Amino acid sequence: MARPIPFSYSLLLRTVVAWITTLVLFFPLGWLVLTAFKTELQAISVPPLWWFNPTLDNFTEVQERSDYLLYAKNSVVTSVVSTLLGLALAAPAAYSMAFFKGKRTKDILMWMLSTKMMPAVGSLVPIYVLAQRAELLDTQLGLIIIFTLSNLPIMVWMLYSQFKEIPHEILEAARMDGATLWQEFYRVLLPLAVGGMASTGLLCLVLSWNEAFWSLNLSSAKAGTLATLIASYSSPEGLFWAKLSAASLMAIAPIVVFGWFSQKQLVQGLTFGAVK
Amino acid sequence: MKRLLPRLLMAPAVLTLLMWMVVPLVMTIYFSLIRYNLMQPEETGFAGLENFEYFLTDPSFSVAVVNTLLLLGSVIVITVLLGMVVALLIDAPFPGRGLARLLLISPFFVMPTVNALLWKHMMMNPIYGVLAQVWMFFGAQPVDWLTNFPLLSVIIMVAWQWLPFATLIFMTALQSMNREQIEAARMDGATYLQQLRYLYLPHLGRSVAVVVMIELIFLLSVFAEIFTTTGGGPGDASTNVAFLIFKQALLNFDAGVASAGALFAVLLANIAAAFLIRLVGKNLDK
Repeated sequence: MARPIPFSYSLLLRTVVAWITTLVLFFPLGWLVLTAFKTELQAISVPPLWWFNPTLDNFTEVQERSDYLLYAKNSVVTSVVSTLLGLALAAPAAYSMAFFKGKRTKDILMWMLSTKMMPAVGSLVPIYVLAQRAELLDTQLGLIIIFTLSNLPIMVWMLYSQFKEIPHEILEAARMDGATLWQEFYRVLLPLAVGGMASTGLLCLVLSWNEAFWSLNLSSAKAGTLATLIASYSSPEGLFWAKLSAASLMAIAPIVVFGWFSQKQLVQGLTFGAVK
Repeated sequence: MKRLLPRLLMAPAVLTLLMWMVVPLVMTIYFSLIRYNLMQPEETGFAGLENFEYFLTDPSFSVAVVNTLLLLGSVIVITVLLGMVVALLIDAPFPGRGLARLLLISPFFVMPTVNALLWKHMMMNPIYGVLAQVWMFFGAQPVDWLTNFPLLSVIIMVAWQWLPFATLIFMTALQSMNREQIEAARMDGATYLQQLRYLYLPHLGRSVAVVVMIELIFLLSVFAEIFTTTGGGPGDASTNVAFLIFKQALLNFDAGVASAGALFAVLLANIAAAFLIRLVGKNLDK
């Protein structure tokens, strides 16, 4: 990878164009990071400040004022638990569809995907009423259930497209050798499927972490996720840009770094096996 | 046994999804037919098609439908075209390519509320925003984005968020190109444009289908970006169907009308799904 590339003018041109494009597209995010370390006055200075003495005050103030850690904990709990729950529901279904393909498998898959097309807002009123009756409003459990269900179609589909790639012969060979169903699953299938499960889980983690519709509508001070916390900065505190930036940075940093490390697996899953 | 096991394994996922779909749907149909305003609990009873009439004849409605389609269409077009350009640009090695890749994909992991506030304040603010400064630097009058171009502002935000996704998918697809074929084409004197037309673009066909499919799923219900920035306004200028239903339900407290709107959204989703199945069925079938 680190092989030196022979110099040419076309390479120079390409490098410059590619980097300018990259920096322009990354700029808003980079600016957010810079602003998070400014004072409020520096944040709105005209012309914009590029060099300044970084301060960490914003971060401490965000924690003090709005209890960042509580929201962060809610985000971690809801996204991790809903991902695990989703995998537990989706994996057996995807396994069954990939290895015991029936006439209607394809229809079921399409139907599942079509439920995901239904805008969440379409079921807002009933879900709100149900959650209220079941006393699940503003609880972690409520959000976990919703996140799991709304990610389920994508999870089944992704796992299916990855399980499909596992050759059936291996499972048959194990069966011939007298493996029980459990052994077949645990010793043969699971090691082969672990990559697919990981990429599916990763994507759902990202989706749940960033989910904003249900968390905005069904949770607030107790079970609110980081997406809710940030929305609360919309107004009237919106003009405190440095604090807003610090809070935003704290909300996105975990998942962005996480995404950087897992980008390869993520793409594999996202392409539904259609793009190699 | 041979039939039972696969069904048992499928049952939990299928049944929960079925419930997740059918229960709210039935409730929505029921709510849409009664008078159900949270602020006027004394008004009850069968409403017939009143709620539908109210929702469909609301002048906001047609605006919202057009906005939804505009938002969906422009974001898909922008991300597919720009995504291809960026992916082609960083396909071949250049110094710092790994880092550029990381920076390019980052916006995809940013949550919608952060994305919205970042653009609303630090980029698009007409006085202190970065864009205003750039405009002033070139001697132009700064633009008040959210007031004068609300829908375009939302489109920019959403497209910025989804561009990395398209780029990632196209990048992955390009990596599996047959390098020898390209080399051969170049030897035979094919220009870059010819290579693009006959080698690269045909190779990207499937990945375009994937990008369109996934974006269709997520963009039909863009919500947080509108909620945190324009609040659908000014007027209805940046209200999409999802946000209109939300306004009816939680701002006007009219669950009946909101439910009628929700049924319409379901219809819209089904049209999109039908389109999707034709598109994907062709491309993902192996």
